[in-house]
Amino acid sequence: MTSEAEAASSAGPSEPPMIEIEGLYKFYGAIEAVKNASLRVNRGEAQFIIGPSGCGKSTLLRCINLLEEPTRGRMRVGDVEIEFGARKKRMSVREQARFRANVGMVFQQFHLFPHMTAIENVMEGPRTVKRLPLAEAREIAASLLAKVGLGEKRDTYPRHLSGGQAQRVAIARALAMSPAVVLFDEVTSALDPELVGEVLEVIRNLTLEGMTMVVVTHEMAFARDVASGVTFMDAGMVVEHGSAAEMLDHAANPRLQLFLRRFRR
Amino acid sequence: MSDYQWDFSSVTLHPDMWLLGLLVTAVYSIATIFGGLVIGVVCGMLLLSRHRVLVAPISGYVQVFRCTPLLIQIIWFYYALPVVVRVEIPALLAAALGLTLYMGAFSAEIFRAGIMSIDKGQWQAARAIGMLPWQVMGRVVLPQATRRMVPPFVNQSVLQLKNTSLLSVVAVPDLMYNASLLVSETFRPLEIYTSLAAAYFVILYPLQKLAKQLERRDDI
Repeated sequence: MTSEAEAASSAGPSEPPMIEIEGLYKFYGAIEAVKNASLRVNRGEAQFIIGPSGCGKSTLLRCINLLEEPTRGRMRVGDVEIEFGARKKRMSVREQARFRANVGMVFQQFHLFPHMTAIENVMEGPRTVKRLPLAEAREIAASLLAKVGLGEKRDTYPRHLSGGQAQRVAIARALAMSPAVVLFDEVTSALDPELVGEVLEVIRNLTLEGMTMVVVTHEMAFARDVASGVTFMDAGMVVEHGSAAEMLDHAANPRLQLFLRRFRR
Repeated sequence: MSDYQWDFSSVTLHPDMWLLGLLVTAVYSIATIFGGLVIGVVCGMLLLSRHRVLVAPISGYVQVFRCTPLLIQIIWFYYALPVVVRVEIPALLAAALGLTLYMGAFSAEIFRAGIMSIDKGQWQAARAIGMLPWQVMGRVVLPQATRRMVPPFVNQSVLQLKNTSLLSVVAVPDLMYNASLLVSETFRPLEIYTSLAAAYFVILYPLQKLAKQLERRDDI
């Protein structure tokens, strides 16, 4: 970790990581999507996960907010620790929902609610899940939309937004729950190239604010720029992690070298 | 054929019979459509659930009613049901029950398909902000699915209103039944059945138009 990143993170050296994953497995029948994955993300860090398509990085990400239930292993986010396995007690639907409310997620395909305006999309979590009063939810949503540069678009329906705008609304929607962690699942992969920059800019600003994030992406230049750490996955396994410089500029692992070669033209 | 003398005076001979028929058709239509909708929503919900014990019999019910002729269902409920359940059910009510279950079977499919048509990503996004399953359903999925369900529901209701004419075979005094009484009295089937068709058309054409309009607004 660089000294700048350390200064930006509010974590003291003795503070336990915000996310701690150990020996996590996810099987779909006989297919092992994630095998024995381990991951640690400190408070205020932006941990990037890279790897070839189908390597399990999205599945791992979706395990972190329980959109996929891990088959086996241990995971802790904040103060909530969960053990998964055939003999382990399963979380109730309510506990799972409470857990997810604290772990934001932004998707590749945005998944905005099409029957709600931009501001209604952002207000939905605070209103329905946190049961905040209308005025308060509206205020939170308006300030978040302003923050992602869409103050003007608050009453626009998603079908009238560009991909970049829609994705920024989706980020605001995740932030509206004031989650401890935000997960980004290839959030620029579905965008036209000229719209990628505006979304990355929003994510960059979040790293500067010390938001804890796990980012799955193919934007290597962006990772080099803002990542606190980079994790390389291949064939369902975490192959290596390290700093952005170690991983992206001085890759030692041959599989990582092979993977990175595809991004150099 | 060309020298047939049209005489529509037979049609207006008993206006009270037309009125009674219209009333009966309307009551049977509204009651069986409404009852069918309720059955359809409940069964559609259960079909979407993961309880195999519930899904199997309901899916059986839906398939049986979708894959047998409505005319047979009505006749079966009229003659057989009171015998099978050994309870005195008024025959006219039994026949209506058949019609209701028929509407229910189709409505269940419309409801199930409407919910299924909503992108999985909507569920994921709603769950990701911490919503409980019933909140996802009520706030995100149903509002979108309802818009898609309305046109097929209206279409099915149009069919249902026409299908009430089948009740005439078990002597329910609907439009069709009264028309056939008039025919046997006046021997003017051409005039009377033409007028009857026109009556159904006048009722249903605006409804069909409405369904078309709702379809056009489906992109919301």
